[in-house]
Amino acid sequence: MATATLHLPAGAITVDAAFREEVARLSGQPLELCFQCQKCASGCYPTQEGDYTPNEIMRLIQYGARDAVLRSRTIWLCTSCETCGLRCPNGIRIAEVMDTLKQMAAARGIAPAGETGPLFHNLFLSEIRAAGRVHETMLMLKYKLKTGNLFADMKLGWQLFRRGKLPLVPRLKKDPAVRRIFERAGGQG
Amino acid sequence: MQYSYYPGCSLEATGVEYNLSTRAVAGALGLELVELPGWTCCGSSSAHAVNKDLALGLAAHNIALAQEQGRDLVVPCSACYTRLSKADHEMRHDPEERARGEMLAGFSYTGEIQIYSFLEVVRVQVGMERVAQTVRRPLTGLKLACYYGCLLVRPPEVRPFDRAEDPTSLDELAAALGAEPVPWCYKTTCCGAGLSLTRPEVVEQLVARLLSAAREAGADALVSACPLCQNNLEMRRPAQEDIPVFYFTELMGLAFGLGEAPGWLKKHLVDPFPLLQRFSLAG
Repeated sequence: MATATLHLPAGAITVDAAFREEVARLSGQPLELCFQCQKCASGCYPTQEGDYTPNEIMRLIQYGARDAVLRSRTIWLCTSCETCGLRCPNGIRIAEVMDTLKQMAAARGIAPAGETGPLFHNLFLSEIRAAGRVHETMLMLKYKLKTGNLFADMKLGWQLFRRGKLPLVPRLKKDPAVRRIFERAGGQG
Repeated sequence: MQYSYYPGCSLEATGVEYNLSTRAVAGALGLELVELPGWTCCGSSSAHAVNKDLALGLAAHNIALAQEQGRDLVVPCSACYTRLSKADHEMRHDPEERARGEMLAGFSYTGEIQIYSFLEVVRVQVGMERVAQTVRRPLTGLKLACYYGCLLVRPPEVRPFDRAEDPTSLDELAAALGAEPVPWCYKTTCCGAGLSLTRPEVVEQLVARLLSAAREAGADALVSACPLCQNNLEMRRPAQEDIPVFYFTELMGLAFGLGEAPGWLKKHLVDPFPLLQRFSLAG
């Protein structure tokens, strides 16, 4: 495997050529076609708070900067709104690439400090695995408990509850078909 | 016309008024929605973020259930709709994905049923002419910013019922109800609902931008076709902002003169009644 050190403003990065091929294979996207036109970045509001723009993520993948990409904040800010892929002149579905990167990071248990996206997704999937459907009240409570941030949205929660939008008793039961899908998918949760 | 109906998890909780209004409006248009027996979560954005097989398998399971019923499937929630229609598109056009979906969900895919968003049913199957004929109390004078959200019309090869950059179906619907759709640039800009719990400070900026753009465009209210957008726009709005966000089905119910409509609107976090009273639409 070819490795080298790349000196970026963010610091020295170990290059891993196999990373690009892995992301291309798993996402099914023609990553090599990205020529940095930045249309993806100019339409991407959510990742403005991230460490890299979508086109920078694409270039880092081309470089083989595995660690920088899988540890980036940007990938967890992608909401899969598909604006980037819609506008990409080279037909790269960047949201698919972001999904692949999240999946790779999640499988390795990598997340930037303070990022609770993976925790949220795991709680969400646990709800599905346990009962076939997501009970939003329980999901919100569990997330708040796990992050120790129980009081941040207390007022909102009360407003929703008062309007009958956070039912306490779910209409749920175990679903063996869903369990089997989790087993076949080797799923978390 | 009879359809299988997939409400999805949100429509049983935070999006309950979307569920109630969709069912009522469908009834008024002579559409019979039969809840899909045993439906389960589509996997939403969490499944595709962490496990590709779960994303396909959970969606394929519901396609299998719908296939058993033999009726086309109607999905009001944009997030469920995007997951189910994407899985269907992959299985329909890619033999490898079909084999994977069949293995994960333990069924044999026939491709005999279609998946529609409720907005598509209204636009294509019912038609705006019939909608306009059903109106009893036109929403005259009400200026609406139609907010499609990001998931409803994308990617274009999966959901070709409207334009991906500048969709028009909600605008046509607003006009058919007697309201005035305003032109604006944020029809499909993501509101960040998927990050609403994990990154509220990011989402607040996205929501503030959308709502102020709707104000600038001269809108009295926004129209949504997604329970995640509707909730997010209300929950993460700036403290002083009180522009109402309606589901398109609620506005249809109001214009059709359905007596249940006020009951749905009482569930909003932003009270829409002062606005409706201004236009003599409240009582």
